[in-house]
Amino acid sequence: MTTLTQNHAQTRGTARFLPALFAVILGLGVIALTGHVQAAALHDAAHDVRHATGFPCH
Amino acid sequence: MYSRILISAIFAGAAAGLVAGILQLIFVQPVLLHAELYESGELVHFGGIANSADPALPGFDVMRDGLSLIFTMLIYTGYALLMIAMMNIAEERGAQIDGRWGIIWGVAGFVAFHLAPGFTLAPEVPGVAAADVTARQIWWFATVISAAIAMWLLAFGGNWVMWGAAAVLLMAPHLIGAPEPDSFTGPVPTEIGALFAARALGVGLAAWVLLGCFAGFFWQREGRHADAAARA
Repeated sequence: MTTLTQNHAQTRGTARFLPALFAVILGLGVIALTGHVQAAALHDAAHDVRHATGFPCH
Repeated sequence: MYSRILISAIFAGAAAGLVAGILQLIFVQPVLLHAELYESGELVHFGGIANSADPALPGFDVMRDGLSLIFTMLIYTGYALLMIAMMNIAEERGAQIDGRWGIIWGVAGFVAFHLAPGFTLAPEVPGVAAADVTARQIWWFATVISAAIAMWLLAFGGNWVMWGAAAVLLMAPHLIGAPEPDSFTGPVPTEIGALFAARALGVGLAAWVLLGCFAGFFWQREGRHADAAARA
């Protein structure tokens, strides 16, 4: 019974943890791409936002 | 679970980002455009004739400001993904997540992503002197991550050791210090720089509070949908 509950809790923990990890990686990727990557086209398009959001811009 | 996270993050991020973008266009963009007149040399501070503090500025530019709106929505969607990932884990540990609690999450997110890095690297108007951008970005990310961990420890740490660790994490990046320029060469009047920093932080707080509120709300709502679908 105890093992069952533990297994269940573990599965639930993993079921929550992996999607959270996925979201964190995706979120950091979006923020880095829009706010930090210095490629000229991205920098120019996002210039005003980077300043207004307080990111280091150039 | 993946779709619940993605859907609630996209709704919350796009909505909060849209409001943030509009607030930035109204309150921050005119200050930025004003600063650019000094950056480009069209206006000169000191040495020349005194300038009016209220110059004519270009109005809404569809391309430039439209891109700003889109990028603001993208950035806030990125924030929303991070916040909802953490809400998900907090809920697993027994925390209540809804629109009202989301307000506190929003304030915490503002501290981690805007106030903490801005405490030493204040939001910059175009044209200010600054150190190498890569070094500043590394410091920015390190400060944001340590402040985000600190906010989590303050909320869920539950004892003085954790709260002490949070205080250390919050202060350490500023005691170590951010990359600073060797000399000050900024041509922009200090009045504009100060106004810009204040406006950027103020709009950031408003947008983050909305983001937290929306994130909590959509997280709840998508959860109810998932439960109903599972029962049906």
